[in-house]
Amino acid sequence: MSSTLKNLTLKVWRQAGPGSKGHFESHTIDEITDEASFLEMLDILNERLISQGNEAVVFDHDCREGICGTCSLMINGQAHGPERGTATCQLHMRKFSSGDTIVIEPWRASAFPIVRDLMVDRSAFDRIVEAGGFITAATGGAPDANLIPIPKPVADAAMDAAQCIGCGACVAACPNGAANLFTAAKISHLNLLPQGQAERFSRVENMVETMDEHFGSCTNHGECEAACPKEISIDMIALMNADYRKAKVKNRKQLARS
Amino acid sequence: MTTLDAKIPAGPVADKWNNFKANEKLVNPANKRKFKVIVVGTGLAGASAAATLAELGYQVDAFTFHDSPRRAHSIAAQGGINAAKNYRGDGDSVHRLFYDTIKGGDFRSREANVHRLAEVSVDIIDQMVAQGVPFAREYGGMLDNRSFGGAQVSRTFYARGQTGQQLLLGAYQQLARQIGLGGVRLFNRTELVDVVTIDGRCAGIVVRDLMTGEVSSHSAHAVVLATGGYGNVFFLSTNAMACNVTAAWRAHKRGAYFANPCYTQIHPTCIPQSDDFQSKLTLMSESLRNDGRVWVPKNAGDTRAPHLIPEDERDYYLERLYPSFGNLAPRDISSRAAKRAVDAGQGVGDKQNGVYLDFADAIGRLGKNVVAERYGNLFDMYERITGENPYDVPMRIYPASHYTMGGLWVDYELMTTIPGLYAAGEANFSDHGANRLGASALMQGLADGYFVLPYTISNYLAEWLNKPVPDTSHPEFARVESEARERYHRFASIGGTRSPDWFHRELGKIIWDYCGMERSEAGLDKALSEIPALYEEFHKDLRVTGGEDGVNQTLEKAARVEDFFELGMLMCRDALERRESCGGHFRSEYQTEEGEALRDDENFAHVAAWEFTGDPMTPNRHVEDLVYEEVHFQTRSYK
Repeated sequence: MSSTLKNLTLKVWRQAGPGSKGHFESHTIDEITDEASFLEMLDILNERLISQGNEAVVFDHDCREGICGTCSLMINGQAHGPERGTATCQLHMRKFSSGDTIVIEPWRASAFPIVRDLMVDRSAFDRIVEAGGFITAATGGAPDANLIPIPKPVADAAMDAAQCIGCGACVAACPNGAANLFTAAKISHLNLLPQGQAERFSRVENMVETMDEHFGSCTNHGECEAACPKEISIDMIALMNADYRKAKVKNRKQLARS
Repeated sequence: MTTLDAKIPAGPVADKWNNFKANEKLVNPANKRKFKVIVVGTGLAGASAAATLAELGYQVDAFTFHDSPRRAHSIAAQGGINAAKNYRGDGDSVHRLFYDTIKGGDFRSREANVHRLAEVSVDIIDQMVAQGVPFAREYGGMLDNRSFGGAQVSRTFYARGQTGQQLLLGAYQQLARQIGLGGVRLFNRTELVDVVTIDGRCAGIVVRDLMTGEVSSHSAHAVVLATGGYGNVFFLSTNAMACNVTAAWRAHKRGAYFANPCYTQIHPTCIPQSDDFQSKLTLMSESLRNDGRVWVPKNAGDTRAPHLIPEDERDYYLERLYPSFGNLAPRDISSRAAKRAVDAGQGVGDKQNGVYLDFADAIGRLGKNVVAERYGNLFDMYERITGENPYDVPMRIYPASHYTMGGLWVDYELMTTIPGLYAAGEANFSDHGANRLGASALMQGLADGYFVLPYTISNYLAEWLNKPVPDTSHPEFARVESEARERYHRFASIGGTRSPDWFHRELGKIIWDYCGMERSEAGLDKALSEIPALYEEFHKDLRVTGGEDGVNQTLEKAARVEDFFELGMLMCRDALERRESCGGHFRSEYQTEEGEALRDDENFAHVAAWEFTGDPMTPNRHVEDLVYEEVHFQTRSYK
C-alpha cells in the first residue's frame, strides 16, 4: 500500500554553464506518493517550474531501468543516493521520510565538467575505451563461436566486470576523482577472456595511461565499490594493476614464445 | 496508389541473398575513402554499421543525441538474441528460424528479408563472441542456450538478464576503436532535426547541437538512420525517456514512405502504472510466466487482499481460455486477455489496473530457494519499484507498449524511398511483420548493421564514384537549416501555459485508448478527431521556458512531441484502413467467435506504405504485395 510523504525540502544545484558560478536553489514538495521514483519527483518539480514560467532543472536520465548509465546525481552527498546497488533512476521516494531535506548535486570531479545544473560531461570515459577498451575483430572474419571453449567461471568473472554501466558514480564518490574502478572493470572484462589475450598488455598500458591523463590517482579508499550501482568489486583494480605491472616489464616481442 | 518494388533478387528464397551478393556492385578498397556515409543513432544497428563501414574504409560520421554511444536503448533488452546455430542439436535450422519468424509475424513480413535475417543470425553470434561479449557458458565452456517466446527449439543466446547491454557494449567498443583510429568522427549530444534531399536523392542532414542549440548541416553520399522505434508515442512505454520518432518522421516528411505504423507490440508483463506522474513502465521478463500463474478475482470490484480471495473465487483466465498454452500464451493474446479482465472491473491493486502473477504454487512446488535462483534478481527489481515482496504477495502486471514493428519502408537493400537514405534496426519495418518474436530485436539490429548494410550500400555508392555530389554550400542546406531554426524559435515563443510533457501525456492517453491493444472503427474515428484538436491546442498553448541557445531539454522535448502528434494521426489512419486483425493489430470487428484475431489474407496480405502529402491527416496509401513462395498461410492457434 502506498503512503504519502509530506514537506520535503529540496536543495538543488543550479548552474547556468560550465564557466558560471553555481548555487543551491530551495524548493519544497508539499506532498508526494512514496511510489514515485526520485526522478519522477524531479519531473514533477520541473512541471511546476515550467508552469511558473521558470527554467526546468537540467539532469541526465534515459532508460530509468538502471542499465543505460545516463543518470547521475549526488543525493545527500551519496552517489546515486542512499540505496546500495541502485542507480538514481531506480531509487524510490519510500527511501525518504516526511520532513526530509534532500541535497541534490551533480557529480563533482574535475574530469567531469558541469555542463548545466545537474548535467556533467563524462566523455573522458569514452576516451579511455577508445584507447584500448575493445578486442580488435573486424566484422566478417570471426571463427565459429564455440571454437574457443571458455570455462564457466571465467565467463562469469568477465561478466561480473562487464556489467559496468559507465555512470561515473565511482569517480564522483572517490575523494581523488579517480576512474580506476571504471577502467579496471573494462580491462578485467576483456583481459580475462581468451579472445582478449592478444592485446592484453597493450590494452592495459594504453587505457591506464589515458585514464591518468584525465583522472586523479587511486589511493584505495574503496568508496567506488560502495557507490557502484552494479556493485563491481575493487578486486578488478588489483587485476588491472597486476596486468599493468606485467605490461611494463614484459618484452612483448617475447610473448609469442612464452 | 502505386505498387512498390522491393527489389527482391531472383531465385529461390534460400538463394536470394547469395544471388544478390554475386551480382551487386562493389567499391574497390582504394576508392572507399572517397565516400562519406552518415550514420544517425549508435544503438546496435547504428554502432555496428558505423564501425563496419569504417573498417571497410568509408569515411563515417556518426551522430548520437546521447552523451555517449553506449547509452542507446538497445542496452535495456533483457532476454537474449536468437540465432539458428543448432548447438543443441534439437532440430533448429536457418529454415526453421525463418519459418518461425514469418509465422510469429502473422504472415505480414517479406519472405526474402526474413530468410536473409535467419541466414546471417549465425554470423552475429560468431562476431559478438570475437568482440568479447561474455555470453552464458556451460561447464564445458560451450555457449549456453535457452528457449524463448514459445519456440520449439533452444536458440536464444544470453548474458544473464543483460543481453542487450553486453551486445551494445560489444558494438560500442568496436565503434570506439574506429573513433580512436579516426575512421569514425563522432558527434555526441547532437540530434538530427531534418533530412536534406537534392535532385531526388538524400544529400545529407541538418542537426542541432544539444549543448549550444546551434543548427548545422552535414553532407554525405549516403545517410543511414538507425534511430529506433516510436513506442513512446503512447507516452507510457517500456522505452527509454528519450526514444522518439523524430529522425524517421523528418525523413518521412521529406519523401520517405512510412510502413505499417499500426503494428505495435504490447508486452504483457510490465509493472502497472502507480500514479499520474509515472514517467515510464518497467518490463518484467517474460520468463516469469514459466512459473507464475495469472489470475484476477471472479467478481468485479473485489478489493480484498489476494490471500483473502478463496480459490473458487479466482479466475485463472489464461489457463481457462487457452488450456494447451495456459500462462505461456503469446504476447498479443495474453495482453488482450489482461485488458479484458481489467476493463470488466476485475483489475487488482490500488488503481485496479493490473492482474496478478502469482508464484505461490511455484514456491509450494519448488521451494522458495529454487524460485529465488530462477527469478531472484527480477523479484528484487519488482520490490525496489513497488515496495511489495513477490515471495509473499502476488506480483501485479499489466501490458505496456514495448516495440514497434512498423517503421520507414525499405527495399531489400534497406534503402527508403529516398535514394541514398537507408533505415536500419527498429527504425525500419522490414522483418517482423505484424508481431515480433522474443529475442529477435537484437538479432535484427545487428544483422542490419553488420551483415546487410555494408553489402547493400556499395551497390548504391558504386554509381557515384568520382561524380560530384552537393556539399553543404548548396542553398538547399541553408534553406532547411533556417526552417529548423524557425521551428525551434516557434516552440520557444508560443508562450502558452502547458509543458511539452503535458501534451505528450494527453496524446499518449488518446492513442493508448483507441489505438492500443484493441482498435475499432468508431474508436479510431474518435482518435482522428481528438488528436488534431489537441494538436491545434499544442501549437497555441505550448509553454517552453528557457532559451534557444544552450542546453534546453524542454525545447528538445517540444520538437519530439510535435512529431509524435503527426505520427499518431498516421498510426490511427493505418489502423483504420487495415480492416483485419493480425499480430499486434487487433480490430474488434475482425475476430473469430472465440475472440481471436481474424486475418484477411485476400485483401490485406500487403505492406501499407504511407506517403506524406503536406497534411498529416490526409496521407497517401501505397502497397507492397507480399508474395509467399516458400510458406503458406496458416491460422495461429494456441487453444
